[in-house]
Amino acid sequence: MLGLNRKDLTLMMIVAAMTLLAPIILNPFPSDSAMAQFNAGYPDLMQRFVIFGIFAIGFNILFGLTGYLSFGHAAFLGVGSYSAVWMFKLLSMNVIPAIVLAVIISGLFALVIGYISLRRSGIYFSILTLAFAQMSFNLAYSVLTPITNGETGLQLALDDPRVLDGGSSGGSLPVTQLFGLEMRATTQLEIGAWSFDFNVGYYLCAAIMLAVFYLAIRIFRSPFGIMLRAVKSNQQRMNYTGLNSRPYTLAAFVISGMYAGLAGGLMASMDPLAGAERMQWTASGEVVLMTILGGAGTLIGPVLGAGFIKYFENIFSKINDNVLHSWFAVMPDGIEDFLVTIVHPFVGKGWHLTLGLMFMAVVIFLPGGLVEGGQRIGRFVTGRRNKKAGGAEAEAARKQPAE
Amino acid sequence: MDAIILQFLNGLDKGSAYALIALGLTLIFGTLGVVNFAHGALFMIGAFCAVTVQRLLSLSYEVEVEGETDFLGNPMTTDIPYVQSWFGEAIGQGIIDWSVPLAILFAIPVMLIVGFVMERGLIQYFYKRPHADQILVTFGLAIVLQEIIKQIYGANPIPTPAPEAFRGSLDFGVWLGFDPNTIIYPYWRLVYFFFSAFIIAAVFAFLQFTTFGMVVRAGMADRETVGLLGINIDKRFTVMFGIAAAVAGLAGVMYTPINSPNYHMGMDFLVLSFVVVVVGGMGSLPGAVLAGFLLGILQSFASMNWIKDILPGIDQIIIYLVAIAILLTRPRGLLGRKGVMED
Amino acid sequence: MGILEVKGVNKRFGGLQALGDVNLSVAENTCHAIIGPNGAGKSTLLNCLVGKLIPDSGSVMFDGQSVLGRKPYEINQMGISRVFQTPEIFADLSVLENVMIPCFAKRDGAFRMHAVESVESEAGIREEALAMLEDVNMADKKGMLGSSLSRGDKRRLEMAMCLVQRPKLLLLDEPTAGMARADTNNTIELLNTIRDKRNITMCIIEHDMNVVFSLAERITVLAQGTPLVEDTPDNIKGHPKVREAYLGEAQV
Repeated sequence: MLGLNRKDLTLMMIVAAMTLLAPIILNPFPSDSAMAQFNAGYPDLMQRFVIFGIFAIGFNILFGLTGYLSFGHAAFLGVGSYSAVWMFKLLSMNVIPAIVLAVIISGLFALVIGYISLRRSGIYFSILTLAFAQMSFNLAYSVLTPITNGETGLQLALDDPRVLDGGSSGGSLPVTQLFGLEMRATTQLEIGAWSFDFNVGYYLCAAIMLAVFYLAIRIFRSPFGIMLRAVKSNQQRMNYTGLNSRPYTLAAFVISGMYAGLAGGLMASMDPLAGAERMQWTASGEVVLMTILGGAGTLIGPVLGAGFIKYFENIFSKINDNVLHSWFAVMPDGIEDFLVTIVHPFVGKGWHLTLGLMFMAVVIFLPGGLVEGGQRIGRFVTGRRNKKAGGAEAEAARKQPAE
Repeated sequence: MDAIILQFLNGLDKGSAYALIALGLTLIFGTLGVVNFAHGALFMIGAFCAVTVQRLLSLSYEVEVEGETDFLGNPMTTDIPYVQSWFGEAIGQGIIDWSVPLAILFAIPVMLIVGFVMERGLIQYFYKRPHADQILVTFGLAIVLQEIIKQIYGANPIPTPAPEAFRGSLDFGVWLGFDPNTIIYPYWRLVYFFFSAFIIAAVFAFLQFTTFGMVVRAGMADRETVGLLGINIDKRFTVMFGIAAAVAGLAGVMYTPINSPNYHMGMDFLVLSFVVVVVGGMGSLPGAVLAGFLLGILQSFASMNWIKDILPGIDQIIIYLVAIAILLTRPRGLLGRKGVMED
Repeated sequence: MGILEVKGVNKRFGGLQALGDVNLSVAENTCHAIIGPNGAGKSTLLNCLVGKLIPDSGSVMFDGQSVLGRKPYEINQMGISRVFQTPEIFADLSVLENVMIPCFAKRDGAFRMHAVESVESEAGIREEALAMLEDVNMADKKGMLGSSLSRGDKRRLEMAMCLVQRPKLLLLDEPTAGMARADTNNTIELLNTIRDKRNITMCIIEHDMNVVFSLAERITVLAQGTPLVEDTPDNIKGHPKVREAYLGEAQV
């Protein structure tokens, strides 16, 4: 079905089910319980899950398959956001033209940057992409202020033309919509002590993410995908096999740039503003983190990584000392204070410390990311079960190339 | 003419900082073959060594001022630094005033230890891993170091003044026969430039004239052969990592009066320093120094008003533009050797 | 007129004359060996044929067209495949994928965006690759990763990758270097079977005389960058010039 084999189809179905049911899955705790702070099922956060998921899926097509480590992908995200906001200002509050323009412009931008950067490989490529992204960031901050509105960021204004919508809509700023369906519209469902939010914007993002995830699976399983893995594996052999690696890498670069632009466009569609800080290299670093943490070169890894980082960023940074004290309240006073002191640096504002440590641990011990971790656990479980049956099958499974 | 000299001077101090950081990066890259994204963090740690020393020296105890009360009627108190009570008021104040230069003494052992611990504890396991892994793990380390500093010292920049004696500016123009006040250059920047020049010269002399340095240079050229000669190259490389860390740290210590240190200063400098290394030529020490000064001065010239009028925003991007142009036309950089990081 | 015609090729590296006025003609459907002592310029010559190096002067014609100034992938598309001294394979890909890649290159050219078709639907390519793996006795290893193969198997895989393209000319750069006797014999056997089955032209660089004499129909002896003699194996065997080049004058 859908041109996928059974394994990929199962994966696709699981991801689809998870994203569609996310408002319920992510809100497992009753809304007034002490655990409610671990709920992540509110629209804003769920939108970020899927948008960064798209960003990371795209980055993975470049880094995971070809091994080219770009440190400037946030530039495409930023360009996508700016294009989308301009579309809202000039044309219409409908998100479709905004998203389309975001993808096109970022694709063109990626074509130019990729064409130049891909003349070099390895660390030189990383530095070139970094240099381009920093240039874009600096320009967006300074000279390009007429387009980017500099430090303040690009926002909607009452007197924007909005040709298709017929100009200003009275005294308040218009909201983004899809043929009249407002992105911010949310239906709340209360079941007993639980409450679930179903948000239009989230479902739009989720649908788009599923579509681009499906596309990514197709790319991974296509001859093109094999060629990209060949680039990573041995460029010399590739060239002596009659293949020109440059257009393959450029195509991968542009595709991943367009994914980033799409993510940027969606970000602006959910909240119509765009700032230069979205293009800074720390933002580029974030998508690298997500991809590596989840598992570069795997299908589901980047989505997991994006979800993981965004979830813990949100949850960890909300934990303050009061919360900690309430957790450890059962302990004797001295131990309680001691535990709070120990944990304190890693939560709340210290979330980045935890992130950095986690990231280092993954690179050192688990280069395949969370996906490899899952596989190891799976293998451990099946390995034990198979030991009685000789374990030969598990051995054979291990020799199969990783998917 | 005077404007050109002024910009040239202005570029020197930034260029010195770039050159020092790039020198350390190149040492590590050339000897260990490791791309160290945490090198900016070492610069930042150095800067916070200065902050620490300043705070330690200013540690005070409270004394009541006799005969005076505040408006609530409580006795007035005043803080007296311990150094003042130990060494007398004048000497004590002098010590506090000179805390930044004094911090050098503190920073050298601290940075060496930080470098050794980093190399033995983490970097040595990454010699044989791909460059991408090295970048990633040191990037993670940079985040961790940065966050630790942020938790200890907070997120705001901490002003760390230079000694009183260096706070003014030198009217450089008068010496060259220009009108007074045309070329004014802060003393401390001059100090920074000479300090950097001294460090750079020391590193080169060390590599050139000591047996240790000779072995390291040989190792940079051909690690395997030197290893086969029965020389324990790893141990020396650990020491080199410590030295590179110390160089970055000292660059940070002395930079504090120019820019108040904050926890993300390392990252800001790192990106530019990498560009500097690439422009100079990966693995070339003279290249790193040359490119550091060159780009610092170029950046300073690009921020002149009449240039900005012609090419708006050029000061923001000049370094990156140069880097891109160099990488595309001279892939090995200005002074790069053949066969370094090529595939 | 041979399928490969090398005329007056010169190549200098600084002060070193690596190739001096090399002429070589490889006839179709033969196996032509290039032998010579270390530093004779064998590898330099090979690199000039595949586009890695460009000669300072002279011409290299393949199948009536010049290869000079073309990129390695273009030369491969013209019909020249190369086996490296140390096997160059795609270590992170499965054996089957390793062989499918040259099939795609043969069918689709240097670049084609096949981004949404699935590999599994490419039955023709798959069968072609599997048949090739049968030929080199590696069909049972099709699911293994390239990196997990033994050295001998890597070599065989690399040959399969070259042969599956049905090249007009197969260049072999010391295909048995560093191999044990038994492996060397296997390789000779493999190359002979392939020639019987597929009728291809081969040009082989080799140190091992045993290999050369079991395969080649013509031999060119290269010394110090220039061809000394070109003849049949039987005539080469006792040739005084060859012995001189290999053993030095004192021994003659």
